[in-house]
Amino acid sequence: MRLLVTVGAQMPFDRLIRAVDAWAGAHPGHAIRAQVGETELTPAHLDAVPFLQPAAFDRAYDEADAVIGHAGIGTLFAAMERGKPILVLPREARRRETRNDHQIATARRFVSRPGVVVAWSEDEVPAAMERLLSLRGAPSLSARAEGPLIDAIARFIDRS
Amino acid sequence: MRARPRKKILAISSGGGHWIELLRLRPAFEGHFVVYATVSEAYRAHVGDAPLVVIDDVTRWDRVGLVRSALQITRLLLAERPDIVVSTGALPGFFGVVLGKRLGAKTIWVDSLANVEELSLSGEKVGPHADLWLTQWEELAYPGGPRYAGSVID
Repeated sequence: MRLLVTVGAQMPFDRLIRAVDAWAGAHPGHAIRAQVGETELTPAHLDAVPFLQPAAFDRAYDEADAVIGHAGIGTLFAAMERGKPILVLPREARRRETRNDHQIATARRFVSRPGVVVAWSEDEVPAAMERLLSLRGAPSLSARAEGPLIDAIARFIDRS
Repeated sequence: MRARPRKKILAISSGGGHWIELLRLRPAFEGHFVVYATVSEAYRAHVGDAPLVVIDDVTRWDRVGLVRSALQITRLLLAERPDIVVSTGALPGFFGVVLGKRLGAKTIWVDSLANVEELSLSGEKVGPHADLWLTQWEELAYPGGPRYAGSVID
């Protein structure tokens, strides 16, 4: 399968990249593109680049069968809007992977959505990868916010 | 019924999730003139023919950057003179709302969906400057604080 791994634009996330690289070593035959950030790591089994420009990112999402990433809102939406299954490993503040544990909270909120798989630690990545690859697509999220939120903002704009 | 008057909206955010959340609010801007301000030229592809102004990205730890960003956003507001400023964060959007309010715009802050357990720092501080102050999590709404009207995910 064609897989896209992404850690987002802000900081590297070597724990995720190591886990996916190890999995890929044990499961050859997949084409795995990885956006890894500014890191010393050179993954052996991933086609890794530090960053992707937004247009290239859009293309990489379009071409992937499934996505593996940190639990960032941008990453989740990019996959979900395209109906791509996604596996996320949340960044943890205690490991200095982010400034607070908002990704753990985000993952908790999204874990029940169809097409979303969460690995709560790097040890869970191999099992989560199997679940991810067993998903054949995911329901596409519409590209718009909930109706009541749109209405509240539109009404406010009209009245201003 | 008379047609709705067309307003000028400045829709401003930083990149990544904040930008995607802002884009998901677009149906609310229909019929108005929207200028987008965000941190990457490459996002232009997302907004079609709408004008997009590239602004600096800045974090709260970068003091020089903060001052520069505030000045840049002030210049942007003076050049565009929007009726409405709307933001999903983070810091550049915070400046857009706070300074926009001072310059007479009506302001909208939608705190990011990523702030699940507490409002963002900018989200806490932006309250008094936002004419419409929204959180996307019902349990984060409180009297005198942000209101909950739904989220960017359906």
